[in-house]
Amino acid sequence: MSDTAERVKKIVVEHLNVDAEKVTDTASFIEDLGADSLDTVELVMAFEEEFGIEIPDDAAESIVTVGDAVKYIDKANA
Amino acid sequence: MRRVVVTGLGLVTPLASGVESTWERLVAGQSGARRIDKFNTDDLATKIACMVPKGDGTNATFNADAYVELKEQRKVDEFIVFGLAAAQQAVTDSGWEPRTEEERERTGVMIGSGVGGLEGIAEASLVLAEKGPRRISPFFIPGRLINLVSGHASIRFGYKGPNSAVVTACATGAHAIGDAARMIALDDADVMLAGGAEASICRIGVAGFNACRALATKYNDTPEKASRPYDRDRDGFVMGEGAGMVMLEELEHAKARGAKIYAEVKGYGLSGDAYHITAPAEDGNGGYRAMQMALKRSGLSVADIDYINAHGTSTMADGIELKAVERLLGDAAPGKPMSSTKSATGHLLGAAGAVEAIFCILAMRDGIIPPTLNLDNPDVETSLNLVPHTAIKREVRVAMSNSFGFGGTNACLILTRPE
Repeated sequence: MSDTAERVKKIVVEHLNVDAEKVTDTASFIEDLGADSLDTVELVMAFEEEFGIEIPDDAAESIVTVGDAVKYIDKANA
Repeated sequence: MRRVVVTGLGLVTPLASGVESTWERLVAGQSGARRIDKFNTDDLATKIACMVPKGDGTNATFNADAYVELKEQRKVDEFIVFGLAAAQQAVTDSGWEPRTEEERERTGVMIGSGVGGLEGIAEASLVLAEKGPRRISPFFIPGRLINLVSGHASIRFGYKGPNSAVVTACATGAHAIGDAARMIALDDADVMLAGGAEASICRIGVAGFNACRALATKYNDTPEKASRPYDRDRDGFVMGEGAGMVMLEELEHAKARGAKIYAEVKGYGLSGDAYHITAPAEDGNGGYRAMQMALKRSGLSVADIDYINAHGTSTMADGIELKAVERLLGDAAPGKPMSSTKSATGHLLGAAGAVEAIFCILAMRDGIIPPTLNLDNPDVETSLNLVPHTAIKREVRVAMSNSFGFGGTNACLILTRPE
């Protein structure tokens, strides 16, 4: 697992209080990890803080799964 | 009008978490006051408060994790956590579990707070100043709103009846119980979870009350001596925190399911001073009229009142309330017991009225009147028995509880022992 994926996973586990093994690449924050719409806003804020990037609202809406987040962050930091 | 009874109790107080432990320590004359250690008080005039003892739940400490998931605790201010904990206790104690949609729709919530999520607002304003609006959490607003204790309780327990919240400063808890009881009396609901929650012991909260010159400042080295209602050497109230909740229920509804009935909400009175934002009117007329209204509603006479739980905050206002009570009681005043339990718990602000109504109920249940601590040298002359230092044994069939708040708002509850 990449460094980004590790850090994303850690944030998701902390914020959503879910078991680490459930946080797979294809896991959807809302469908699989029990997040609501406010949780996803907070998660995006946590990613911004952790990786020093800004995720605009329209981009944030396209981040549905853990893999989406990792991909977006890697692209933003490339 | 339909009759309303109390069928469940819940307490989180500076004395303990839990109804029985709080009551035992109150009756034993213990104080919940201590030095504030959760934030820096070096530059604050007041360095003490009555704080909920935190721990793993043993020795009646408060373990938030036992009531609210850690993930959810982070999203809300502490008054919501205290409120949900006391609510859970009251619900469990009542044994009421609505099973049908109609039962859920006939069960409501009325939980208030005096100041709500003050600490979270202070923290968020720093984030806004330092990092900008994009760093404000989506949980900032819903985690601070006063009616969100009622909101969370409704979601947790599935109560779909009236859902509201009272905000009347230090009279909140009493108004919440009185207003909720009326909803049942008027047939808007059969069961109501009602009370108050408060957690405003934070730097900005202490600084704000200090600026009003409302808090004790002379007892930073002897915290347990600071709350001393009616005493010559009192110099302000001591902040408290926690929550008090009751389950209110229509009498026949409670009887039909064989519920344990603690008390009946017999009278409720409320009034406004139309005088000053923080000080009570000097003639005590507002408090007097609230008591009179409650008494009239109860159909009882002053001679019937066996115990009065005073608002008695350990400020100059103590004497004003005392005179109003004497005026109400008239010839029935001599020897009548009136105590201020704020001497032990501190002032729980928006939770005080609910916590003190519960103390009245327990006084009726056990035939014990809790004391006014630290009343060494009364500076008031009265024929009432202010129950100094130690609890007294006395049959209590009728109890009255006063609560007055900033803004000149007054509430009075009269509770009776079940027949």
